[in-house]
Amino acid sequence: MGKALGKEKQMDVQKLIQEKKQKRNVTKQFEKVIPFLLLLCAVISVLTTIGIVFTLLRESFTFFSEVNILNFLTGTDWSPWTGHFGVLPLITGTLLITVIAVIVAVPLGLMSAIYLSEYASDRVRKIIKPTLEVLAGIPTVVYGFFALTFMTPLFQNFMELSIFNALSAGVVVGIMIIPMIASLSEDAMSSVPNSLREGALAMGATRFEVTMKVVLPAAFSGIVASIVLAISRAIGETMIVTIAAGASPALTFDPTRSIQTLTAFIVQGATGDTTFGSTIYYSIYAVGMTLFVFTLLMNLLSQWISRRFREEY
Amino acid sequence: MTITTQENVNIKPDTKGGQNNKEGKKAKHVFEVSDLNLWYGSKQALYEVNMKVPENQVTAIIGPSGCGKSTYLKTLNRMVEMVPSVKTSGSIKYKGKEIFSESFGVEDLRTKVGMVFQKPNPFPKSIYDNVAYGPRIHGIKKKAQLDQIVEKSLRGAAIWDEVKDRLNEKAFGLSGGQQQRICIARALAIEPDVILMDEPTSALDPISTAKVEELVQELKKEYSIIIVTHNMQQAARISDKTAFFLNGDMIEFTDTDELFSNPSDKRTEDYITGRFG
Ligand SMILES: Nc1ncnc2c1ncn2[C@@H]1O[C@H](COP(=O)(O)OP(=O)(O)OP(=O)(O)O)[C@@H](O)[C@H]1O
Ligand SMILES: [Mg+2]
Repeated sequence: MGKALGKEKQMDVQKLIQEKKQKRNVTKQFEKVIPFLLLLCAVISVLTTIGIVFTLLRESFTFFSEVNILNFLTGTDWSPWTGHFGVLPLITGTLLITVIAVIVAVPLGLMSAIYLSEYASDRVRKIIKPTLEVLAGIPTVVYGFFALTFMTPLFQNFMELSIFNALSAGVVVGIMIIPMIASLSEDAMSSVPNSLREGALAMGATRFEVTMKVVLPAAFSGIVASIVLAISRAIGETMIVTIAAGASPALTFDPTRSIQTLTAFIVQGATGDTTFGSTIYYSIYAVGMTLFVFTLLMNLLSQWISRRFREEY
Repeated sequence: MTITTQENVNIKPDTKGGQNNKEGKKAKHVFEVSDLNLWYGSKQALYEVNMKVPENQVTAIIGPSGCGKSTYLKTLNRMVEMVPSVKTSGSIKYKGKEIFSESFGVEDLRTKVGMVFQKPNPFPKSIYDNVAYGPRIHGIKKKAQLDQIVEKSLRGAAIWDEVKDRLNEKAFGLSGGQQQRICIARALAIEPDVILMDEPTSALDPISTAKVEELVQELKKEYSIIIVTHNMQQAARISDKTAFFLNGDMIEFTDTDELFSNPSDKRTEDYITGRFG
């Protein structure tokens, strides 16, 4: 009986397969179309990128026909409303914010990642990781007001600080990118195979030694990628710096002062009463181009570093 | 090794199972396991295991899949505690010292009791750095000393001639068998007393397997070796004593010749004659 049942079942399956065959032919046609659809999607995003870069280049070109590119790159005074287009103050502003953010975020982010990946129990990890990711989902405008209305008054208890300043903006940008570093670095560290940890532990290494000498080197390229990505975020961050760092371009590395970043100027230029077609209007694109070059450099750097120092496993 | 080695080729002690031998030869034991129970959460994986592991011999552990061989082996260097839910009871003495006691640091234990895993697991580093890893974490930093240790360990693992010209290449570039011998060299580099091996040849081809087996014979002059194997011929070929595990029980532990020619337990007999498992 068992045999009969088995046979019956087998025949059913065969019949089902036959029935499906008709449908499968349709699927096969569909299969052929799918690569094209996917290619189309890829092409769209590539074209969009090319379009953006093209626009940036074209408008920047117009700008540089009105303002000498050397004056732009080496000028130390950025006051477009009085006709001074020296971009250096904006660049130092951006760098200042980025450096402060990195100083805050890299140690904290890495340490959280190490804790989560190497020390936390499953239960703790399951609570903390989603929490971190919520932190990453907070709108930056909220961070901006947090910097302005909480960080700055807090710091003012200890030091002389203007209302708008690079310090609190930078620190808060740092806080904003911590989850990114922590989460991506944690992914990189968790994907280091356990067999490597066991190999080291079995030789009498402590957990910390395993972390420092096995896990971190093996996850290095992933960690670098996460940091660079976070730096790109910091360079491009707009809302926090617009709200909390001020709008006074200054060639300075003094974090207590008000500054202006590349992005914050773009906001100012785009929201103010800038006339279409004026030099200021085109300067927005030149500044955007500068920003683009910076993030591009960061990406190239990250690729180079992770290729150079990769430990494959 | 500090203690003089006893005859280690085919000795036939008059005691059975290496247990309760108060009289007779002064058999030295590296491990004395008594009444060891182990649970993964609420699931018990080892039941009342008692075993005295002899020094400078090869002890094989055989048994069907899932009977607790790996669990037992990993208990000996406390690697099993990597699984958070693990609970143990009973006692394991390493050279007279209780390994579960607070005063015996787990890192100290593992410095004395090395381990080679089933799948070769070299670090993503150069051959040299792999072997030098252990000495380095234990504070040996001088290049000259490390060079010496690396060469000695690679020679000890019978792989020096194959890799001496490419010490700075990644260990991943080697064959599986070579990688496994690198891992053995890595374990040898800190000169432990005991080497635990969990199916060290199961991922290897026959030639590499033969090499590792030969190596084990060589190593027992200086090390006590405990080896888990699925391969009964291998156990018969290379071990002096064999333990048979079944469902978390240690059924029989005696001289290898004895166990394979004249098993005292029916279940052992069934297993070695291939009636189950
Ligand atoms: N991490 C774990 N969590 C829960 N149970 C486990 C764990 N590891 C092993 N076990 C259980 O403990 C028992 C013994 O497993 P162990 O790996 O020691 O067997 P083994 O004899 O080495 O088997 P094999 O020959 O297949 O390697 C099995 O029933 C297994 O399911
Ligand atoms: Mg096993």
